[in-house]
Amino acid sequence: MLDAEFFCRWLTLAASWVERDADRLTALDSPIGDADHGSNLLRGFRAVIATLDEQHPDTPGAVLAVAGRRLVSTVGGASGPLYGTLLRRTGKALGDAVEVDRDELAEALRTGVDAVAGLGGATPGDKTMLDALVPAATALRTSFAAAREAAEQGALATTPMLARKGRASYVGERSIGHQDPGATSSALLVAALAETAGASGEEDTSGE
Amino acid sequence: MKMLINVAETVVADGLRGLAAAHPELTVDVESRVVVRRDAPLEGRVGLVSGGGSGHEPLHAGFVGPGMLSAACPGEVFTSPVPDQMVRAAAAVDSGAGVLFIVKNYTGDVLNFDMAAELAEDEGIQVAKVLVNDDVAVTDSLYTAGRRGTGATLFVEKLAGAAAEEGRPLEQVQAIARQVNENTRSFGVALSAVTTPAKGSPTFDLPAGELELGIGIHGEPGRERRAMMTSGEIADFAVDAVLEDLQPSNPVLVLVNGMGGTPLLELYGFNAEVQRVLSQRRVAVARTLVGNYVTSLDMAGASVTLCQVDEELLRLWDAPVSTPGLRWGM
Repeated sequence: MLDAEFFCRWLTLAASWVERDADRLTALDSPIGDADHGSNLLRGFRAVIATLDEQHPDTPGAVLAVAGRRLVSTVGGASGPLYGTLLRRTGKALGDAVEVDRDELAEALRTGVDAVAGLGGATPGDKTMLDALVPAATALRTSFAAAREAAEQGALATTPMLARKGRASYVGERSIGHQDPGATSSALLVAALAETAGASGEEDTSGE
Repeated sequence: MKMLINVAETVVADGLRGLAAAHPELTVDVESRVVVRRDAPLEGRVGLVSGGGSGHEPLHAGFVGPGMLSAACPGEVFTSPVPDQMVRAAAAVDSGAGVLFIVKNYTGDVLNFDMAAELAEDEGIQVAKVLVNDDVAVTDSLYTAGRRGTGATLFVEKLAGAAAEEGRPLEQVQAIARQVNENTRSFGVALSAVTTPAKGSPTFDLPAGELELGIGIHGEPGRERRAMMTSGEIADFAVDAVLEDLQPSNPVLVLVNGMGGTPLLELYGFNAEVQRVLSQRRVAVARTLVGNYVTSLDMAGASVTLCQVDEELLRLWDAPVSTPGLRWGM
């Protein structure tokens, strides 16, 4: 089962991976965006970790809600509201449970991803974070490893796409051939989730 | 790329500290990143709040003052500010007459201002919004995030600001802001890419001898790249792109806007060409403004904005204004 401690470990690992990959995310954001995705997410995740250390939320839902609110108030741009909404709405869907299993997380994540789609108005294929998150939420019903694989494949699959939402849409045809930075950071979050689950021996938690 | 900074992380805060030192008539909260005119809130007057990524100075903080904005929220470089800033600004300027959010049409700005409007209303502040989307370079609005907000922002902030200063109610100030946006169109070109402090190198590669047509104000590349053109050729292209979309029957306000890295001498020369094209196309010019107003850090290039005005809008344009970036009549 996954408790608040597990979710804190996930976000802490995600923060360290954002730190590690910040320059790469910013580089991906240069040809089709405005060259700040890595630095913006880094600022947000550093703030999230500081707040979690301070507040110690005691349920999985509360951890994600606190983290989501912190992202909204520190990241700015489109990423702040979108990632903030993803975590807040996923957290809200988990309710007050002290522990959740993978199936419950998969269902909650689906709610969070739907909220992101509703807020940003994108659908899969528009070259956005949804191209990693939608397949990941579906694959999480199977396993953490499958979710990671689906998210990473989804991010890679954005390269030949024509951007239809967000700032990359302004460059039109020239967005083709570049991997989407938002899908890439989404895949990174899902990979950190799978890594945390693997390290915790949680790969088999399923609510049979 | 050499920059006149300490470290990239403090560029926005350093700029705000300097703004505060130069303009004691503004209240600058460096920590919370909110700039407010010192005499706010003004009894019975609508508050005007705008904001956006930093790197476009003097927009928006440089347009705070009597006759224009009541407050501005600067975000990180090229990054929308966060809802907390906007709520704080709204609370600082609301006299009970309500607050108008002036939002440039970028996904991030729209999402953050929407969240802020909900939060401000929870605090009992009446909020109205106007979306600025004047950039004709974005033609396929169905398959993009829609037209960007660029030069029209200056006209919306000035004209709505003058209306608010006269004590017009919120719905009228909002209606004027919308009218201005609907009657304004822009087109921009870049002669060089932009270098952000965080990245330290140009965000896209623009070879010598080429220019980008239809750029935005965030260092995002344009829609099309061509071999370098003369000032006159660029003026023909840019003005015609605007006039294809806006066929003015009334006189226009002209903004020949530098992107930050083009000398004023070149901008005035470009303005001469813009006026030539407008005259050839039989467009009457009411007023002209030339300078760096809606910039993109160190990008070389310019944009042309035309704002069609009736007598009432022209009167609001001529009304006194006193801000760091725009000042006349007082």
